[in-house]
Order: sequence, then structure tokens, then C-alpha cells
Amino acid sequence: MHDGRHAARSEPSLGGWMANATTIEKPNRRDFLYLATGSVGAAGVAAIAWPLIDQMNPDASTLAMSSIEVDLGAIPEGQIVTVKWRGGPVFIRHRTEKEIEEAQNVNIGELRDPQSDAQRVKKPEWLIVVGVCTHLGCVPLGHEGKYEGWFCPCHGSMYDTSGRIRQGPAPLNLAVPEYTFLSDARVKIG
Amino acid sequence: MSGPSTYVPKSAIGRWFEARLPLMGMVHSSFIAYPVPRNLNYMWTFGAILSFMLVAQIVTGVVLAMHYIPSANEAFDSVTNDIMRNVNYGWLVRYMHTNGASLFFFAVYIHMFRGFYYGSFKPPRELLWIIGVIIYFLMMATAFMGYVLPWGSMSYAGATVITNLTSAIPFVGNSIAHWLWGGYAVGAPTLTRFYSLHYLLPFIIAAFVGLHVWALHVPGQNNPDGVEVQNVDRDTVAFTPYATIKDVFALSIFLIFYAWLIFYIPNYLLDPDNSKVANPLMTPAHVVPEWYLLPFYAILRAIPNKLMGVIALFAAIVVLALVPWLDRSPVKSAKYRPTYRFFFWVFVVVCIGLGYLGSQEPTEGTALIARILTAGYFGFFLVVMPLLSFTEKTKPIPASIADAVLPNKPAQAQA
Repeated sequence: MHDGRHAARSEPSLGGWMANATTIEKPNRRDFLYLATGSVGAAGVAAIAWPLIDQMNPDASTLAMSSIEVDLGAIPEGQIVTVKWRGGPVFIRHRTEKEIEEAQNVNIGELRDPQSDAQRVKKPEWLIVVGVCTHLGCVPLGHEGKYEGWFCPCHGSMYDTSGRIRQGPAPLNLAVPEYTFLSDARVKIG
Repeated sequence: MSGPSTYVPKSAIGRWFEARLPLMGMVHSSFIAYPVPRNLNYMWTFGAILSFMLVAQIVTGVVLAMHYIPSANEAFDSVTNDIMRNVNYGWLVRYMHTNGASLFFFAVYIHMFRGFYYGSFKPPRELLWIIGVIIYFLMMATAFMGYVLPWGSMSYAGATVITNLTSAIPFVGNSIAHWLWGGYAVGAPTLTRFYSLHYLLPFIIAAFVGLHVWALHVPGQNNPDGVEVQNVDRDTVAFTPYATIKDVFALSIFLIFYAWLIFYIPNYLLDPDNSKVANPLMTPAHVVPEWYLLPFYAILRAIPNKLMGVIALFAAIVVLALVPWLDRSPVKSAKYRPTYRFFFWVFVVVCIGLGYLGSQEPTEGTALIARILTAGYFGFFLVVMPLLSFTEKTKPIPASIADAVLPNKPAQAQA
């Protein structure tokens, strides 16, 4: 009989084709305790693991640097200015009429990464693109290359005056970051 | 308890692995099937607690090292501004690490006093004990260097005081001090080398902990009655589930205490002078080490001679390693040694007294008490232990562990 230790409940015997089936005991106190302890333990592990993982995410000072404001008034027509944003270069190009026309009169179908110029600018005279070649990450040189946009000296990629890839190994157009015009002469990037 | 494992894995992959690297068998024979005396009390849970705290310190330390800058110009800001305010949960990881160090020492002191009380250092566990003393010494070195890293006022003062101990050595003392500093005083080179060594030493500690557990598993645990295991079936239980769940339970209580420190009084054990950046041209009015080093600080200051004070400090640590040869009583546990038990508690009071004195300004009055307590400290080891070894009237010890704790007598011998 019961001697104080956990004894298996005796189940009624099954008849017929179920005679050899094993029966499942009802969950007992020990099962409940294991499950409850395990759940609380798992919650504890998750609670301690999250801060240790999240600490590697960008910290408050990095997030504070994630937006910059640039004064456009000082940039004459035809000039490209490079600013540092989120650790890397962003090209701000004050485009001339000729450059805007060349950018708009391109057959989209011929482009490796089809995008119209209108999709890439908010005001046609200001082209703002991330200055990192989409091939392997070098910084392209402005006012260079056959399309007079940018030329990447690392492997010869050429971008046009809308920053779109026209020739060379790069797969995509120069990325357009999130930006808003705070006024005609001031833009916030990021 | 030693010998090859009898573990046979259930799956084919398990057997393939086990035939090439018997890892599961080692885990099984060391932590699952491993027999432990059935009469262990909660004083035996601190080994597991210490293992956890070592891992906790290493994990939080590695995380802090991702953000800390070990440069004399930037260290203080990297901790106080960057880690504490900018890094996500940086404040939490930093408080876990500093309070974790304190609790690491709290646990190690209970662990050591358990050893003193129950005679866990006696044959055949002498080497186990000595490895423990080595781990303790490495812990003190690690904690000392870690305290320097935030480059606060007390960090700098503590580094100066402790490294200046070497200047007490005749003839070569100053050269050694300059060699330690990498200059003529504690400075930038000192900080970077302490950072490197602070990262290294915990892994050396981990290696010694491995040796410590290995040395333990040869004879097996001591127990509160101090009677060795005679019959594995009657005297022991399997480590898993009994010791495992007991350790987990004790650890969870310990962690509640840890969480209370971290979340409610995180700066209680920290010296306010360390919230100020280091200034080589000005020492804080009141220089004290962290609480766990205070008794040794008191011993150092109690001796009026510089060199003798340093020797006394190191002697106070070295004497711990000699204990297996100082206390030779054949009775292990203080449970059956009433005289030794009395002196044990006097020793505890002496240690706490030394710790308190270490935290106070040294005056004429406290100097006398410090000397008395220092004499008490060394007296416990060098006088009481050897004297009581063979002259003490001990109580009769039980015939076996089973006799001590099981209500029914084990089966009598056949008539």
C-alpha cells in the first residue's frame, strides 16, 4: 500500500483491442511543480538574457547622432558636399539645370536598377544620396565617370547625375536616405 | 567514487560521440550519478553558488569590456557616463558586476568558514583546500585590479597603496614598484596592464576551479558529522536530483539577495569617493579597500613597521594554506569538538572585528585593539589549532553517516 513515497496510480485494466495499450497517468503534483518551476526559471533566464543582448544595440549617444541637420545655403550650384551621417558619407549635390535634365531624360528600362529621377528626389535641384558604392562599399568620386555623376575607383562602377548605377559591377543605385526639408535652405537627414 | 563512467547513451549519435569523447559520461558520473553524503546541510550549497557567481562575473565583465575604455583620460567617463547612462541596460550590467564581486566574496567566506568548522581541510582533502586558498588569492588580485579600472579617486588610492607594498622589500622594492607601475607612480600604463590582467585572471580562476572540483571528486564531499562515507548505498544519495535541486533552491535565495542589492541599494557597498575621478595630486581623506579586504588591511596597519606589516599581511593569507598541518585533530567536525567550536566562533568575531577596524581611521586606541585582534587571528592558527589537535576532549563521533541521520538503524550484522 502507500508507504509515503510517490506510488503509481493503479489504472483499471483495458479490455479488447486496447489490452496492450499503455495508459497515461493524470498529471500529479510533481508534474505541476516541475512545470511551474521550469516556467519561472525560463522566464528568469529570458529576463536576464535580454539586457545582456540589448546592450550591444546602438546606445543613447549613438541614437542621438542618428539625425543631422545641414545648411544648404552655403552650397553653390554644381557643387557636391559630403557630410558624415551615421558614421558614413552622404553626398548632397546642388544639381545644375543640365544635370537635372540628363537625369530625367533616361530610358528607365535600360537601367540595372530601374528608378525614375522623380522617385529619388524631393526637390529636383537637391540630390541627397548615401556616398557608399553598392558594390563593395568604397566612397565614389564626384564629377567623374562617363555619366558625370560619380565614379568608384575600386572596381569601376559609374553612377549618373541621379546616383543611379549605369556601368560597372555595382548592383543597385546609390541609396537615398530618409530626409526632410525643414526649410528651403535647411534639410534634416535621418 | 572514481573510475570510468558506466554511462551508456540511449541514441546512436550519442554512442558515436561518447566513443570518441566521453563528455556525457563525465557529466553523468560527476554531476548526476555522483554520490554525495545524505547528511549535507545548506552550508554545502555555496560551491554551486560560487560557480554561478564566477560565470556571472565573467559574463557581465565581458559585456562591460565591450564599452569600457582603459585609458586614463577616458576610463572614468566610459563607466560613469557611457556605461551608466548611454549603453542600453549598462547601469544594470555595471551594478551586477560590482555587487556580484561583493557577493562572490560573501559566498567564498561562508564556504571557507564551513571548511574551518567541519574540518573539510583534513586528510585526504589537503590539496583540495590548498587549491581553494590559491583561488581565494586569485580572487583578491582580480578584485583589486577590477576596482582600479573605473579610475575613481579610491581606485587610484587603492592602486597606489597596494602596489606600494612592494616598495617595502629591501634593496629591490623600489625597482619592483616601478616595474609594476610602468612609471614612477600609478598612471596610464598601470591602468592598461591591470585591465589586461583583470580580463585574464578569472579564466585562471576557472582553471583552478576545475582542479578544485576534480580534487573534491576523488574522496567526495566532507559532511557535517565529519565521518567519511563507508557504504555508498546507506550513506549517500545521487547528486541529481537531490543536491542539484538543493543547490538551485539555495542559489535562488542567494539571487534574491543579489537582486535586492542591485535594484534597491546598488551603491551601498561602494565608496562615495570613487564617484570622483582620480587625482594623482590628492588622496582621499579616508582610504579604505572594499569590505572583503578590510581584515587584511587592518592587519597591515596594526604592525607599526612597514616591512613587518607587509609580511604580516601576506602571512595572514599564507597561514590559510598551512591549516591542514596545524590542525591535526582526528575528529573532523566541530559538532563533536566543543572546545574547538568555541574558539572557532571567537575567530569569527576576531575576523569581523578586524574588518570593522579596517574601515575606521587608525587612532591610538584602535591601534591597540587591532594588535590584539591580529594576535587573535594568528593565535587561532598557530596556537589553538595545534594545541587542541591532541589535547581536546572530543565527543564521540557516530559510527557512520547513516547512523547519524537515518531514524531506523541499518540492518544488524547476521547473528
